[in-house]
Amino acid sequence: MLLIHCPYCDDTLPELEFAYAGEAHIARPADPSKLSDEEWRDFLFIRSNPRGLHAERWRHINGCGRFFNALRDTVSDRFLTTYPAGHPRPDVTKLEAAE
Amino acid sequence: MNAPVKSFDAVSVAVLPPVARLNLRIAPANLAVASAAFGLTLPTKIGQGVAKKGHAAWCLGPDEWLLHAPEADQAAIVADFTAARVKAPHSLTVISDREFTIAITGPRAQEFLSVACPLDLSRMAPGTAKRTLFDTAQVVLIRDADDAFRIEVWRSFFPHVSDLLDIALREFACGL
Repeated sequence: MLLIHCPYCDDTLPELEFAYAGEAHIARPADPSKLSDEEWRDFLFIRSNPRGLHAERWRHINGCGRFFNALRDTVSDRFLTTYPAGHPRPDVTKLEAAE
Repeated sequence: MNAPVKSFDAVSVAVLPPVARLNLRIAPANLAVASAAFGLTLPTKIGQGVAKKGHAAWCLGPDEWLLHAPEADQAAIVADFTAARVKAPHSLTVISDREFTIAITGPRAQEFLSVACPLDLSRMAPGTAKRTLFDTAQVVLIRDADDAFRIEVWRSFFPHVSDLLDIALREFACGL
């Protein structure tokens, strides 16, 4: 079972308590009515789906209830870090240097 | 079929009498107002709990607290919080009837709970509480002492959780 660190609870807890919630850092357009159909389609459906590091949202639904972001390697399933929602994506090179 | 085992030397399971349960949501900056209304300094770290004279509170989320009090005090607490609403906006929901509390006590209580609880309970300190899962049901797990736990289960999940505990008890009783 994966163990995930919740930045709000500041505890590393079993994956069962969490729910995946898609890619992180996707800002809702400020004025949706100005968007073309293609731009709106891209906002709704087109995701980066990378092989490797992925910034994604998780929700600690069976715990504190909060959404937070995580950097996970989609190949190895390893979580590099988790950080509260609203924070910018952490610098990966710094994280890797720290390890 | 044999009569269900409710207790043996190592673990006993009992449904506790009703208690007033309240769910409080308030901005952490306004916590002092809630502490004054409840008469207990509410903890700020998730998981931590405090208890005094039958009143108890546990922090379940960044802005969420679970409050326990004797049933007779429920109306007074709600009134106190209603009066405090002018000082700080908050939500206080009475959830007394939503849940049952099951007490699990005994030297093997921690091992017993691991039947369906995914947490590493050895890391959970006495006096703390956590919202977590018990099998597939969301519960609040309270640890009162090294060998004493309470789980708060929504009443619709209660038959499932209760059956699981009965099966586990029988397994423990026959040494499986």
